[in-house]
Amino acid sequence: MAYRSYILVCGGTGCESSHADKIYQNLKNEIEANKLSEQVQVIKTGCFGFCEQGPIVKILPENTFYVQVKPEDAKELVDEHIIKGRPVERLIYSASDDKNRKSVIAEEKDISFYQKQYRIVLRNCGMIDPEVIEEYIARDGYAALEKVLFDMKPEQVIDELKKAGIRGRGGAGFPTWMKWNFTKGATNSETKYVVCNADEGDPGAYMDRSTLEGDPHSVLEAMTIAGYTVGAQKGFIYIRAEYPLAISRLKIAIQQAKDMGLLGDNILGTDFSFDIEIRLGAGAFVCGEETALLASIEGKRGMPIPRPPFPATHGLWKKPTVINNVETYANIPMIILKGGDWFASIGTETSKGTKVFALTGKIKNSGLIEVPMGITLREIIYDIGGGIPNGRKFKAAQSGGPSGGVITEEFLDTPIDYENLAKLGSIMGSGGLIVMDEDDCMLDIAKFYLDFTVDESCGKCAPCRIGGKQLYGLLDKISQGNGELDDINKMEDISLAMQRASLCGLGQTAPNPVASTLRYFKDEYLEHITDKKCSAGVCKDLLQFNILKDKCVGCTVCARKCPVNAISGERKQPHEIDQNACIKCGECYEACKFQAITRG
Amino acid sequence: MFEKEVAGIELSAELNQFISEWKEKPGNLIMILHRVQEEYGYIPREVALELSRILDVPLAKIYGVVTFYHFFKLTKPGKHIIQVCMGTACYLKGGADLIRDLERLLGLPVNGTTDDGEFSLEAVRCIGCCGLAPVMTVDGEVFGKIKSDQLPGVIAKYKGN
Repeated sequence: MAYRSYILVCGGTGCESSHADKIYQNLKNEIEANKLSEQVQVIKTGCFGFCEQGPIVKILPENTFYVQVKPEDAKELVDEHIIKGRPVERLIYSASDDKNRKSVIAEEKDISFYQKQYRIVLRNCGMIDPEVIEEYIARDGYAALEKVLFDMKPEQVIDELKKAGIRGRGGAGFPTWMKWNFTKGATNSETKYVVCNADEGDPGAYMDRSTLEGDPHSVLEAMTIAGYTVGAQKGFIYIRAEYPLAISRLKIAIQQAKDMGLLGDNILGTDFSFDIEIRLGAGAFVCGEETALLASIEGKRGMPIPRPPFPATHGLWKKPTVINNVETYANIPMIILKGGDWFASIGTETSKGTKVFALTGKIKNSGLIEVPMGITLREIIYDIGGGIPNGRKFKAAQSGGPSGGVITEEFLDTPIDYENLAKLGSIMGSGGLIVMDEDDCMLDIAKFYLDFTVDESCGKCAPCRIGGKQLYGLLDKISQGNGELDDINKMEDISLAMQRASLCGLGQTAPNPVASTLRYFKDEYLEHITDKKCSAGVCKDLLQFNILKDKCVGCTVCARKCPVNAISGERKQPHEIDQNACIKCGECYEACKFQAITRG
Repeated sequence: MFEKEVAGIELSAELNQFISEWKEKPGNLIMILHRVQEEYGYIPREVALELSRILDVPLAKIYGVVTFYHFFKLTKPGKHIIQVCMGTACYLKGGADLIRDLERLLGLPVNGTTDDGEFSLEAVRCIGCCGLAPVMTVDGEVFGKIKSDQLPGVIAKYKGN
């Protein structure tokens, strides 16, 4: 049944956190109260991506894009837009900041945030209700599975992936067709498995979560295709327990697919049977490493084992196992439907297709974006992201999270692909892209990531367990103003040893943030060591706040703001900071209207 | 070590049911531990002992798994759990300052619980709403773009409830 209008409400985690659920309920109630349920459908969709402007509501067929909607706006939206046919202008994305400089931008296609994006993985996010399988099917869902089961041999599926040139989106970029081919060709066991890595542990990244929340069936369909291709009977999705919404939508999707004969015994009436089970992670970053992940599915401590043998032949319970991440799987149905050549036409020579990034940090439009490979960082940051807020200056962008590195201003025009990022000393990674401005201290960033990897090291091999700790210790020492010039050599040595000798990817890449910041921001390290200064004003031990007597008018604002009462002085007299009591929180510096407080 | 509990714990019917469903499945331990923590808020020693008996797995192995994963707790958390996101985006926008202020307001270190059992404070990895950074949650309710001076108000909202 077709409706006159559709109201799409974003049900991604970001918008849900801003009461999208209440907006959805209120809209439904309003529609019912106006007896419009037959004509207007309210749908809760997956993430629209433009998280900065959430919660987002879109009304079809006009395609009107409402931003920062509040639950109490529901009545006005229904009364005005739906009943009277007048858009609610105050909720439309008014883009005084938007590059396109249109006063009111009512449709997504006019918003610069969306213009350079290309959606394959996120094709259904924000378009369909992820909890209704019929909506997925209506957008060609499960058509790829049907095509594979009835018209394609396993070899043809692999050929198509080979033509497409798709590489693993989890970080390392291994060609997907080779993984599948190894498992397909494995003769050591009849029992084989398909595993989906949804253990997205990279801090500041939520691509896989949004894909699963917005379009869970695309991953189920792809895993089933993988099962048919390699000859597996069973699949596991290993997902973080911290993602309750994604887990619940996956459970619903699995049940619906089973009810419709798209999963389970004799899929679509063929003799192929395949089942998928969910297994929960429990907060261990190392479980994103494939051998550790498999150990965790087996119910054990998630510690990696040396490769080879690779999971493709000796994986889960030592059986041949295909393991890919969420984003890789979400691409597969489109490759089957539109063909490998189509996919290969997007991107660069060595990196095909698109990449989803979680664009966050010091950026105007943070959100979830999908861009063709080969786009430049400048386009991502300035055209899509809208640049750096508060008039600050771009300093660096970090890709690849704790395993990656920074990209600096001089490389903003490098086309992004696996090889180019590696050349710059970073990695593609799973898609976290964090923008930093001049207020961010690079040494502190390296320390932040090292703190993370030290905490997450499983402790099995010495280079990672000991090296990480020592590296962190040196960074900490420098940030406290006790650094010596030789510490830089020590850090370089330790980094090299960790990269060469660690057992798994976690340890091998853990020194990357240090190596990369040392490569591009050695001056900053030297400043900390020789001048005992942190010009970004982040390393607290090197900071001191002082009040300029000739500028202070004695307004007492700083004294009242100070959380530890370290500021004293009479009204209308210059104030003073007790350096022993000061905790260097910077509240006074922010609060002073007379620029009478210095930081340095 | 596991927190001591009164001996002889009786598992609820639902928990027993869950365990028997999973008992024969390979790799069941982590899934069962999740279910236990859902019920108790942590993994009590007595329940771990009971599991060890039912599943025929040494207690030491269960302890090994529980301590390996951040998600599992060995001590009872407070009535209200405050989580501050320390993902990279939140860190850059002042997540560490939020933790410092909460520590001072509540008078407890991170990963601690107040003496009256009212609040626990945890630093967590990415909650996944980086657009709202810095983010904290109390009992799952998300507070985004939060500033230090809003913290006393948030705590007051939960205190005594």
